[in-house]
Amino acid sequence: MTANLQVHEQCSSPTLPAVVHIRDRRSEAPGVFTLAVEPPSAGWTFRPGQFNMLYVFGVGEAAISLSGDPADRGTIIHTIRNVGSVTGALDRLRVGDALGVRGPFGSSWPLDEARGHDVVMVAGGIGLPPLRPVIYHLLRHRSDFGRIVLLYGARTPADVLYGDELDQWRQRADFQIQVTVDHGSPSWRGPVGLVTELFPRCGFEPSRTVGLMCGPEVMMRFTIREFLKRRVTEDRLFLSLERNMQCAVGFCGHCQFGPNFVCMDGPVFRYDRIRSFFNVREA
Amino acid sequence: MTDLALLGAFASHAFLEALSEQHRMRLASGVNPFRAAPGEYLAREGEPAQAFYLIQSGHVGIGTHLGKGGTAPIQTLGPGDVVGWSWLLPPYQWQFDARAIDSVQGLVFDAAWLRDQCEQDHELGYHLLKQLLTVVSGRLAACRIQQLDIYK
Repeated sequence: MTANLQVHEQCSSPTLPAVVHIRDRRSEAPGVFTLAVEPPSAGWTFRPGQFNMLYVFGVGEAAISLSGDPADRGTIIHTIRNVGSVTGALDRLRVGDALGVRGPFGSSWPLDEARGHDVVMVAGGIGLPPLRPVIYHLLRHRSDFGRIVLLYGARTPADVLYGDELDQWRQRADFQIQVTVDHGSPSWRGPVGLVTELFPRCGFEPSRTVGLMCGPEVMMRFTIREFLKRRVTEDRLFLSLERNMQCAVGFCGHCQFGPNFVCMDGPVFRYDRIRSFFNVREA
Repeated sequence: MTDLALLGAFASHAFLEALSEQHRMRLASGVNPFRAAPGEYLAREGEPAQAFYLIQSGHVGIGTHLGKGGTAPIQTLGPGDVVGWSWLLPPYQWQFDARAIDSVQGLVFDAAWLRDQCEQDHELGYHLLKQLLTVVSGRLAACRIQQLDIYK
């Protein structure tokens, strides 16, 4: 099923926002918050990796990845970083306030292809929320997958997202989690350094590994090198890209990336299919 | 891990893997096991750099002191990493602190002995330097990316 067909089935029109209300709001880190909103329709679903367009009335729309549990049909979760006018307005919304939602849009992480493989997720900064639905899925279907690894890099200890959940997941013997920060503090007991430096500390079998990456593109470029150095092949590397998504249905062209529209063909891409564009400056 | 096992793991340490059997044998004659308890210093900024460490297990924090502000952690090293290159270059003084975060085990070379081996056998010195440069290059690249503050 294509992303657009999925939207058509769940909404009256993919360009018409449904009005929903905020059920819960929590602060995750400085400038980062999570909104829990009611689903736009009964039976509304999404696939890990997809995004919604969130509309603050009178301000504008922003593409925000879905970061909740895909099996939770009752609530839609978005973790958002306040970086501009729309996300700033989203930050000012409170429980009970209304906003517009369109979606879900875009491609998803290859969870069917990953079945039977080791799954290594590498996230940087606000790149963790788009991977969190994957984590929920992997843990719910744990026996379908080999080793599961999460390597996560944040700016400082205060910027680490979902700290309580990370602590819970760390208790599991079947989930390797390494969190590093770029700038440590005297009280930080975890690793300090670039997320790619965590690779030697985790165990996975490269010949049967699927790599999933989300974060700043410079981080993903260096992460790809680490995967390739370990002989994980390009067709088993997937990354989530961010561009200026506006219409989310492939009409406006703002998110064009080579021959692709990130809103429709992405945001999740297989690396070998976009390599020639990924490494082009200003693509 | 027993001392014998540590020495047995010598050849499989990532830093030494690329060296020839002959050079590994030569280095093996001067290596010793070491252990550091959590909080113990392997290196202190400004002090003579008299050792070169290969970490087998545990983690070491590289940092610098901020006076009253305590120590600023800069980087964390773990199994397969090496600690220090100040031993190789004059004035042979540590530029940063290196402190065990948890129980650390590994192998250690006496710096003067190692420099002497490199002087006696330039081929060994060349290959050792190439390995060390690979480490330095990787850490420099990581530091450059960290400096960009990409998650800001």
